[in-house]
Amino acid sequence: MNNPPDISQDPKEYEEYAHGVQKHVRGYLMVGALLLTFTAITVALSYVDFGTRKANIGIAMLVATAKAAAVAAVFMHLAAEKRLIYRILIFTGFFVLGLFWLTFFAWFDYPTFH
Amino acid sequence: MEIPYTVSTRPDTGLWNAKVGIWLFLASEVMLFGGLFSAYIFLRIDAAPGTWPHGLLNVPVGTMNTAILIISSVTVVLAWAALKMRRYNAYWWYMLATITCGVIFLTVKLAYEWPQKFEHFGAFIKPDALAKYEQYLGNERRLEKGLEPRIQITGHLHSQNATEYEIALDPVNADPNNPAMDRPHFFPLPVTDKIATVEKADVQRATMFLPTHSAYFASYFTITGLHGLHVLGGVLVFTYMWLPVSKKLYQRNPEHLANRVEVSGLFWHFVDLIWIFVFPLFYLL
Amino acid sequence: MDSSASVETHHDPHSHADEHEHHELGFWRKYIFSTDHKVIGIQYGLCGLAFLFLGFCLMMMMRWQMAYPGQALPVIGKFLPHIFGPGSMPDGKMTPDFYNSLGAMHGTIMIFLGVVPLAFAAFGNFVVPLQIGAPDMTFPKVNAASFWAFAVGGAIMLISFFVPGGAAKSGWTSYTPLAGIADTGPGHNPVFNGQTLWLIGFIFLITSSLLGAINFITTIIQLRAKGLTWMRLPFFVWAQFVTAFLLLLAFPPLEAAIVMQLMDRVAHTSFFLPSGLVVNGVPMSISGGGSPILWQHLFWFLGHPEVYVLILPAFGIVAEILANNSRKPLWGYKSLVFSVLVIGFLSFIVWAHHMWLTGMGTAVSAFFQTTTLLISIPSVIILSAFFISLWGGSIRFNVPMLFTIAFLPMFGIGGLTGIPLAFNSADLYLHDTYYVIAHFHYIVAPGTIFGLFAGVYYWFPKATGRKMSEFWGKVHFWPTLICMNVIFLPMFLQGMAGMHRRWYDGGQGWGVANEHTIWGLTGFQWNVPISWAAWTMGLAQIPFIINFFWSIKHGEKVNDNPWEATTLEWTAPSPPPHGNFVTIPVAYRGPYEYSLPGRERDFTMQNEPVEPTERTRRKAPAEPVLA
Repeated sequence: MNNPPDISQDPKEYEEYAHGVQKHVRGYLMVGALLLTFTAITVALSYVDFGTRKANIGIAMLVATAKAAAVAAVFMHLAAEKRLIYRILIFTGFFVLGLFWLTFFAWFDYPTFH
Repeated sequence: MEIPYTVSTRPDTGLWNAKVGIWLFLASEVMLFGGLFSAYIFLRIDAAPGTWPHGLLNVPVGTMNTAILIISSVTVVLAWAALKMRRYNAYWWYMLATITCGVIFLTVKLAYEWPQKFEHFGAFIKPDALAKYEQYLGNERRLEKGLEPRIQITGHLHSQNATEYEIALDPVNADPNNPAMDRPHFFPLPVTDKIATVEKADVQRATMFLPTHSAYFASYFTITGLHGLHVLGGVLVFTYMWLPVSKKLYQRNPEHLANRVEVSGLFWHFVDLIWIFVFPLFYLL
Repeated sequence: MDSSASVETHHDPHSHADEHEHHELGFWRKYIFSTDHKVIGIQYGLCGLAFLFLGFCLMMMMRWQMAYPGQALPVIGKFLPHIFGPGSMPDGKMTPDFYNSLGAMHGTIMIFLGVVPLAFAAFGNFVVPLQIGAPDMTFPKVNAASFWAFAVGGAIMLISFFVPGGAAKSGWTSYTPLAGIADTGPGHNPVFNGQTLWLIGFIFLITSSLLGAINFITTIIQLRAKGLTWMRLPFFVWAQFVTAFLLLLAFPPLEAAIVMQLMDRVAHTSFFLPSGLVVNGVPMSISGGGSPILWQHLFWFLGHPEVYVLILPAFGIVAEILANNSRKPLWGYKSLVFSVLVIGFLSFIVWAHHMWLTGMGTAVSAFFQTTTLLISIPSVIILSAFFISLWGGSIRFNVPMLFTIAFLPMFGIGGLTGIPLAFNSADLYLHDTYYVIAHFHYIVAPGTIFGLFAGVYYWFPKATGRKMSEFWGKVHFWPTLICMNVIFLPMFLQGMAGMHRRWYDGGQGWGVANEHTIWGLTGFQWNVPISWAAWTMGLAQIPFIINFFWSIKHGEKVNDNPWEATTLEWTAPSPPPHGNFVTIPVAYRGPYEYSLPGRERDFTMQNEPVEPTERTRRKAPAEPVLA
């Protein structure tokens, strides 16, 4: 969502801007419906046997990631955000993945004695 | 003294102050829940067979709560859009809807889900006594099928004395060899009235479904508890922005109120985002 | 026009009050619950200095026990049991538990209540908005909330000394399962015990840091004055910027871990308690399934960036004072900025070098050894740039500069002695010995704290309009410098001899501390000169304390820029009024334009327009840009 005209006193300019916002409303409703559908899908898929439990976890996480991406991109306006915000989030993402992955790495790499 | 860029945007960054501030805060929240999720991951990976339960939470109720949170995310962004379009009345109704959804979420959790858990009982059987309670555990069959052993007898604690527990069994212990009991059910099955007598000497550990019960419930209550605190925080902030005092700010500087709603909305969406991961990890998997 | 109310995500009942700009604030709103960054900075500063002194006192008590184990503390030994409870020091003789709580709280207080509030919150709050030409922080009320969260956390930590069982005693690192079971059982309150209060207090401290970090980052990004581009920022601002990011992103996993340890202690969960845990011969009645190693990972994920939080602000202060007192620009500004950014980034992926002895395999150890060695490179670049900055300078040896110059070799020793610890093989021997203590104290004590002292002497005139006494500053400096080295240099040798940290008897009962002599004394015997140096250093701080408070009212009055410095804070009145600047400054040049050819004075302030007669390397833009 682009930034609005700065506390504009011009009603016409604001009118155009407000109209632009209106167009996004439809997008919000559609994403909302999508999220509810995906929630139902998540629940349904969890009762399907994909072989191993790990496979079920993987699939559920994929669906959850898709939902999260929709919330972030549309509801949180990230799809059209400024570079600075992206930079902050990319570093954060890197560090949280580092926390997970390096701890995982340390967890399963230990000396074995022969 | 005025702080610049509280409402107008700084040209080179294209942002107003609170926008930067809230994203920084959300970055720290990502790390916070990241720490909690990493605990979940490692505790679950390391759980001894049979100690990480499945199907103990109420899926329909959890699904409904998920839907409520999603709906509230929609209503809050519609509230913001209404403010941007200078429609205060629409804003007021959407904000009320959002607050209501938040309150419903919390009520369901605190007045129904958690108390239901606190009333449920689980006794972990000692390894050398498992054979004795085979009629409630069905491990012979499970071993054949390559499934994880059952080491817990759950249900409602009917009564207890110095030497034994009387447990009104859950269906999974009342009829353990039924193949339908191998996978969790969507609609939770009610506790049966089949009573089992379990000797305390055979029990490794027995508690209600409290945080102390297992690594699973410890993680569940801690993560949903912290998440719930965030929901409560959001509800309080939204309430403040919905009360008549907000109308005064709207009349003085509508863009300022819109920005505040946007920033609080971003927090709310993040809270929804966390739940999107919490729900499958605890309720479904 | 919008009001001056700042945007925030919680209750804002005072927004209408800000509209009355001409309304004189009452005493409480002006001095106690102020939202002015300068007042908040001073509040943090005074509290930080007080906690630093308290932590120092705790150490001085420990040093008695280490030098003369089992002997009653002289003079104060009679009074201390009345303060800390009869169980702490019966007959003035320290018990092992009390010694451990002194050690744990010395670390906690020095780091989280002393150095970080002083280096980051105090100096950052006071100086950064002034240096970037801003009227205040972007979120003044959040700033006040940050201070009060810190105050509450500090109060809880202090109260923990007086509950049954005494303060936390499981190390500042609170390793589980020891920390999980400490301060429990008969004689302890289920909630009001040392370890639980430590955890609760910590949550307040972390909240305070997070709020502060958000404020700093947003302010530096959004409120830089016109013309103050990123590469024209004083290095101090860059250092605080990176520090804020470290606090923002590294603290939360520890907060998560602290919540989990609290759950372990209060709700009897087993996040960090393994199955089969036996305490005092009795199997614990817990669910088990937890992992002590998980605590270590989450703790050190913060713990490592935390040490950079301790040093970076001091780097910033040293940079400013070096340039100012050598009357020439800092050498390698771009390298400094690049290095501090790389340090910030790498500091998130080196943490397991604190865990070499937890049984990690060769692959993951190789990863962390590599990143740890890599991070030493930008640190060396920064220190080298500082040394080179002195070359060809016209050096003024005033008190801030004395502390600054001493910082350089002291930090050098501290940093270089860290290198052996980066190797898991060498650390197998050195882990948990006095070598480690000497290493990190060299960095924090004659390192960071010298930087902080330098900063106090340097910015005191800006905050008060008066200078501290140069003479008494030197009386403070020389004994402190000498004592620091007498205390910590022998510790390297004690550590290499195998003496462990956290021995309550100072090594008296251990072979390694008594079998060999190093330079004529056994390891245990070295405790005596070290302790005397510590007590002497305590005495050497008295001139500083008196000088500080006396100079507020009676120090030599000075003008707005007594050090003839170039950065924007020196364009404001001393002390600056609410709103800081009479006219909002515009920056036309870099931060260290000292000895610029073609100018009559040997310094040119950042807000002085570029003259045609100047011979600058690069042409300044015609119009100052907002970028």
